[in-house]
Amino acid sequence: MEAIPSIMAQNLLSPIVLSFALGLFASLARSNLSVPEAAAKALSLYLLFAIGFKGGASVAAHGLDGSLAASLVAGVALSFVIPFVAFGLLRAMTRLSAVDAAAVAGHYGSISIVTFVSATAILASRAIDYEGYMVAVAAAMEAPAIIAALWLATRAGTGARMDRELWREVLLNGSIVLLIGAFMIGAITGERGLKEIESFIVSPFKGVLCLFLLDMGLVAGRGLRQARSVLSPGAFAFAVLMPLVGAALAMPVAAALGLSAGGTALLMVLSASASYIAVPAAMRVALPEANPSIYLTLSLGVTFPFNLALGIPIYIALAEIIGGV
Amino acid sequence: MQMHVAKRVEIIIEAPLERRLLDTISEAGVTGFTVLPVLGGSGRSGRWSREGQVSAAGGMVAVVCIVRPERVDKLLEAAFEVVERHIGVVSVTDCQVLRAERF
Repeated sequence: MEAIPSIMAQNLLSPIVLSFALGLFASLARSNLSVPEAAAKALSLYLLFAIGFKGGASVAAHGLDGSLAASLVAGVALSFVIPFVAFGLLRAMTRLSAVDAAAVAGHYGSISIVTFVSATAILASRAIDYEGYMVAVAAAMEAPAIIAALWLATRAGTGARMDRELWREVLLNGSIVLLIGAFMIGAITGERGLKEIESFIVSPFKGVLCLFLLDMGLVAGRGLRQARSVLSPGAFAFAVLMPLVGAALAMPVAAALGLSAGGTALLMVLSASASYIAVPAAMRVALPEANPSIYLTLSLGVTFPFNLALGIPIYIALAEIIGGV
Repeated sequence: MQMHVAKRVEIIIEAPLERRLLDTISEAGVTGFTVLPVLGGSGRSGRWSREGQVSAAGGMVAVVCIVRPERVDKLLEAAFEVVERHIGVVSVTDCQVLRAERF
């Protein structure tokens, strides 16, 4: 096991973190560097397909056991419980209204697939294996937090509502369909299928991830620049503390599930990350009273960079201790 | 050339609500509309841009409908059901069209 500072130093100087930093710098310095919407969408489609496919192929190679179902249940439970913890912390640490706190809490219960993808790339560079089905766990953890957040908002007296159409949009949003679909294709076609498209989804993966993170840096920087007013010291502290709390909640769960060091690290990453795709869209529809600049700034502007630069190395180092590597 | 009076209703609304708005105005009998992408802007909720958005949640779309003057109230009532609680702008302007039977 390596010391946390050493893993952090390696991580901070990796192409993916530096690409994000470049985007963040360019945006904060008001450069006109930008990634067109369609290009960003194409990059995200590629990343989701590649990570889903590789996860499915890994499951096909190593076989399935009861741990997949147990991990899915655990992931759903974590996603549902974490918003309540986040809500309590937000009410204690910030002056956010109950509605804004509920919306932010929902984001922290759900997951950031890009943080997950970045973590898998860092695990791969350190030759740490993980359970391929963690991709399915990631997909399962997207939605339960939304229910928890809307329950919290309803308790606060708002007219938050989750209709059938919204359910359909959340459960069948493009990211989840592509991730699970590619996972199934990978599981069905296995090693043979992976070999056929390896040159497309394995070798260019990190390069594409770098470009995508450049865009994430630009978006995060733009959000930070435009929403400085919502970043009170308490809210900022929450956005840094909450990922650590989420990861700490996932650690004993991963140990109980018997996950490998890589799987433990990924469950911690999923619990530590905050959504900026599925949950914001759901909140805009179901809870329009909540201020979007608060939850997007905290999730994308603070927690995402924190996890990418510092969080992931911490989770990997702790997972290696638990996983006994 | 013969011109006919009509109303142009423009609704700028958050992208996640696009489908709901279109379904609602279709149910109200307005089957002709155009959806336009919007590059960016600024309003009470701050500035926004569609460039490089990782999520449609922060984006906006513009829905443009041209209807006969007598149908505008029904359209606005239907649209209001969707936009009431959300970020957006609804505007109505007078316009003229060439082929009245199409509206």
